[in-house]
Amino acid sequence: MARQQKSVAQGRDYSIPKTKGGLKKLASCIGEYKAPSIWTSVLVALEVLFEVFIPIVMAQIVNVGMADNTSGNFTFWFNMGKINEPVFTMHDRVGFIVVCGVIMVVMAMISLLCGVLSGKFAATASTGFASNLRQKLFYKVENYSFANLDHFNTASLVTRLTTDVTNMQNSYMMIIRIMVRAPFMLIMALCMAISISPDLSVIFAITLPVLIIVLLVGVKIAFPRFEKMLHKYDDMNESTQENLIGIRAVKAFVREDNEIKKFKKVSETVQKLQFSAEKIIVLAFPFMQLLVYACIIFIILLGGNDIINNHNTPPGLTMGDLTAFLSYVMQILMSLMMVAMTFMTIVMSRASMARIVEVLDEKIDIEDKEDATDVKPADGSIDFDNVDFSYSRSADVLNLENIDLHIKSGETIGIIGGTGSAKTTLVQLIPRLYDVFDGSVKVGGVDVRDYKIENLRGAIGMVLQKNVLFSGTIRENLLWGNKDATQEEIEHAAKAAQAHDFIMSFPKGYETDLGQGGVNVSGGQKQRLCIARALLRHPKIMILDDSTSAVDTATDAAIRDGLKKEFGDTTVIIIAQRISSVEQADRIIVMNDGRISAIGTHEELLETSEIYRDVYSSQQKGSADDVVEKNDTPNYGGDKEGGEQDV
Amino acid sequence: MSDKLNKDVKMQESTDIQAATDETQTSDSEQGKKRFRARSPLATFKRILSYLKGYKLQLFFAIICIFANVICNIGGTFMMSIVINNYILPLSGFDPVRYPAELAKLGGLTGLDAFGAIMGLMAGIYVIGAGLHYVYNIIIVRITSQVLQRVRDEMFERLQTLPIKYFDTHTHGDLMSLFTNDTDTLRELLSNGLPNLITQALTIVGMFIMMMVLNWVLTLVSIVMLVIELFIVKYVGGKSGKHFVRQQRKIGEINGYIEEHIDGLKVVKVFCHEDEEKAGFDSHNGELRHASRKAHTYANILMPIMGNLSYVSYAATAILGTIMAINSFYGMNWGKLVSFMQYSRQFSNPIAQMAQMMNGILMALAGAERIFDLLDAQPETDDGYVTLVNAREDADGKLVETEEYTGVWAWKHFHKADGTTTYVKWTGEVEFEDVSFGYEPEKTVLKHITMTAYPGQKVALVGSTGAGKTTITNLINRFYDITDGKIRYDNINITKIKKADLRRSMATVLQDTHLFTGTVADNIRFGKLDATDEEVKNAAVLANADYFIRHLPEGYDTMLTGDGENLSQGQRQLLAIARAAVANPPVLILDEATSSIDTRTEKLIEKGMDRLMEGRTVFVIAHRLSTVRNSDMILVLEHGEIIERGNHEQLIAAKGKYYQLYTGAFELD
Repeated sequence: MARQQKSVAQGRDYSIPKTKGGLKKLASCIGEYKAPSIWTSVLVALEVLFEVFIPIVMAQIVNVGMADNTSGNFTFWFNMGKINEPVFTMHDRVGFIVVCGVIMVVMAMISLLCGVLSGKFAATASTGFASNLRQKLFYKVENYSFANLDHFNTASLVTRLTTDVTNMQNSYMMIIRIMVRAPFMLIMALCMAISISPDLSVIFAITLPVLIIVLLVGVKIAFPRFEKMLHKYDDMNESTQENLIGIRAVKAFVREDNEIKKFKKVSETVQKLQFSAEKIIVLAFPFMQLLVYACIIFIILLGGNDIINNHNTPPGLTMGDLTAFLSYVMQILMSLMMVAMTFMTIVMSRASMARIVEVLDEKIDIEDKEDATDVKPADGSIDFDNVDFSYSRSADVLNLENIDLHIKSGETIGIIGGTGSAKTTLVQLIPRLYDVFDGSVKVGGVDVRDYKIENLRGAIGMVLQKNVLFSGTIRENLLWGNKDATQEEIEHAAKAAQAHDFIMSFPKGYETDLGQGGVNVSGGQKQRLCIARALLRHPKIMILDDSTSAVDTATDAAIRDGLKKEFGDTTVIIIAQRISSVEQADRIIVMNDGRISAIGTHEELLETSEIYRDVYSSQQKGSADDVVEKNDTPNYGGDKEGGEQDV
Repeated sequence: MSDKLNKDVKMQESTDIQAATDETQTSDSEQGKKRFRARSPLATFKRILSYLKGYKLQLFFAIICIFANVICNIGGTFMMSIVINNYILPLSGFDPVRYPAELAKLGGLTGLDAFGAIMGLMAGIYVIGAGLHYVYNIIIVRITSQVLQRVRDEMFERLQTLPIKYFDTHTHGDLMSLFTNDTDTLRELLSNGLPNLITQALTIVGMFIMMMVLNWVLTLVSIVMLVIELFIVKYVGGKSGKHFVRQQRKIGEINGYIEEHIDGLKVVKVFCHEDEEKAGFDSHNGELRHASRKAHTYANILMPIMGNLSYVSYAATAILGTIMAINSFYGMNWGKLVSFMQYSRQFSNPIAQMAQMMNGILMALAGAERIFDLLDAQPETDDGYVTLVNAREDADGKLVETEEYTGVWAWKHFHKADGTTTYVKWTGEVEFEDVSFGYEPEKTVLKHITMTAYPGQKVALVGSTGAGKTTITNLINRFYDITDGKIRYDNINITKIKKADLRRSMATVLQDTHLFTGTVADNIRFGKLDATDEEVKNAAVLANADYFIRHLPEGYDTMLTGDGENLSQGQRQLLAIARAAVANPPVLILDEATSSIDTRTEKLIEKGMDRLMEGRTVFVIAHRLSTVRNSDMILVLEHGEIIERGNHEQLIAAKGKYYQLYTGAFELD
């Protein structure tokens, strides 16, 4: 109960959890892919460098082409900042132009090579990063304790390990490529532009701040609107999913029209919010267009004036310079836009990052003590010394209170109690799936916290209420209990769990493929396989948590017999709904609301425990009293073996 | 807390997962048939266009804007050649023979004034272009969001009218993905894809014309380069696509692995099996990394290749163009060269973009086709004409229809043959006469079922999973239609009764309880929308739910989210019972209504249940035989046939299957 209440507090997945140092944690996943990451960035930078130089070469072509004289000295000037050096001089105009063209092609080819290599390295680096991150997450989750697992549901964990990691992969690739490329190009192109004409470059002092401010303001307005829209959108999808799952209820109560009305209302809100968010975003492109053109006009106007006044001859501005300058304008503004868009995409993926970091940040609460002794439990005795336990680790909400219980090695213990009486909670403390809040649990006379977890759990066979088999053959699943088990041992355990016969009835016997989640066997068969799996460990303690509910009473009894005969010195704890499952136990514990209400044998409890009597009669009643009263057919005694039949 | 709850949660989770994996366009083995290509793209496209019918004027305007914008853009660049040829060069005194200063004039202006004026004109064109861009963007975004709303509404409406059978054959994940992924790609198509397609196509045509006007020789060079680029795109793109498919398959595999093993993590912990799990994961993870590295490599190198090849093309035109401009070959001059260089740099862009967009467009069409498949699905038919009306008995005991609530209800039965209307009192008698049914035509689930439940009787259905218990109840409320035989309700063939009235006349507490987001009271009121607070509370008291509800943080106003995840399965079932109680119908179907409640608690609510069942015809399905013991009639089903019938004592005395089940000699599964 408490566990479920907690899951409410945990809230929905849409909200972005606050995390600290998330980037650092993610960065550690780059690991061996640091080199390709750096190569990516270096090559991207090189690519940009060549791209930036190409317009200069173009300018030389135009300048020389426009020269008045057809022969003479044509010099290739490299001109950047203070540097203004002649690179080579030729006497033939056409020859010069062809050489420049060839230089341009060579530069483009080198740039292409850099681009291709950087793309390859980027793919290696980003997918490697993602794979490391995924591994780190999976390993972390594998180390989660039960309490940790209660904080997340499977679906959300799977999403975090898949979709969220993919988002991170894309963001990482953007960072090492575009976030290097765009700013670098911005700076380089700006340098080139200034070196061509500091006067014309004044335009950037105006346009860049304007563009930045407008982008920032736009993002600031649009972002909350998008978030609001996405929230509503999630709500809409959630209620649609609810409707789908509950469609039978909707139809049975003829609530279709009502549901449609509800949906339409949300749907309309989504439409309004979507429009209100997108109408901001669609401003961006026309605005960008406007700005680019404003720059072009300004430059042609001023540059044109300059050329007109200086008659298109160096050292004044030339036509070639003007064309180069125009290319740089495009490069500068486009890269700024690119930075903004990439930045927004990365920011948008922060929810993914937060969700991932949340998994990594989860504090694992059950780990081996540093000085844990490397011993295995000596026997199957169990002692609960004044144990308090709380799922929420708070003294106000105790799920188990003041449990004092001592079980001798080899004893068979039954546990009975209503839903929510903490039966499962009690037994989960034995293999230290949760830690006690107060008091201590001892196995073989040693506090469970002093064992290495592997040693402790290795000595305990536990069949959980929620049985899970994995894809693979029956044998592979049974081997979980003991991976070195021989066929003989496997069969021995399967026979004790009453599973051998039905396994052999399958054409492939132990090699039968179970399919994902063990879908190819019935509920009762699944439970018996799980029992066999646990028995294969030859545990000192065997815990059966409502694990025979889908098994008929006769088989149930046979399993208990099998346990007693073949695993006589094992301590057995059986949680059951059916009285018939625990009747024969050495002692039966009656749990009620987190406390032990009574302990004793079946006969004793019938005398002393009202709850036990209640449960007993609820399963026996109808048999004797009612039927006799109503139908006057006495001697109705066939139900002694229990009237409970769970399917 | 219970297997049932887990199962439920798992069900919900798996749909979540499915939705999540859909997002990454997974084609894992289970849903591998997900199509990436539409069956008939053209028809689908036409149908999408039909949604735009109501926006003819706006669309016309938008297309005009797009057209004008493209002309402005191309025209602006073209004007650059005019500005250079006719103003800058003549005014700068460069080559006065070819560029005489007299060229620089505009209207009455000459010299620098003319230069300024022409620049003003150019600026004007650009501003108009940008303005038009904004206008059509807004129009399109608005239309898109409205069309999407309509599509979503239509889908949801259709879903509500579909027969249950449809939901049996379509997973929640697939249906949800219609609302998320497929509408998303549709949005992309409408707001980006189509306008871009038009823009780019117009731009290409426009540029091509302008380039031809400027110089056909250089245009030829550009075209040749473009063809080379396209070949490379096709080759690299194809490789990339192949590897992306492989990557998706690997993602599907690793998703499956993660889902299965995180789901079973508690078992892993109990068996200390973590290391083996990690090893298994590593091998999947490695394969995925390998596949996605290849896929991304090809995707990554495409852009640098395209970008730099366009520089090569640029260089080639530059050399050729300069030589031509020097010699004035084919009417080439400097102004034209500068404009041409601008075009040549941009020319490959729209084509590459269109190539990329085509993929998205085809995907959107496939998604739209799936949406239309849903909209075309056959809704539940309802030929029923017998309705349920309020009635009262007049002096001579005859039923008369009334407007107001009387507590007495009657079936209003109009007889076509003689044009008369008769009223039959609603009592809740249900009769099956030789009913056979199969979910699929070739597989009969129920065979020749004949039985009668008289008003006020409690009928229990017992049998293995798959014996047909739930099927029987599904036939009574016409979730499915019978194949053969007759079902009568108060002696009226149920096919004659209007479905809504039929279902309203019976309350069902289903095997899986589903709660909806809303308050506890809202959820109970689901049974009767206009129920007063008093009625809601009384129903809760009847179901024994009042106690726990009052102990929730905000009592009846406590919000339930995520299918009531904050309630235990037992509490959820109590709410479902309260929901049925508030509906207050004469026929009650309890399908495993108390399966998640332990026997002792069940005893506690038994009184409430008894009160609820009092005077009603009740169908009970239960796993626990103790629950059905006091029924008036127990039907034991096996393989769709009633093999035993009678009350508890009779069946025990008969020592048949029921007796064996009861004594535990048989295992049901």
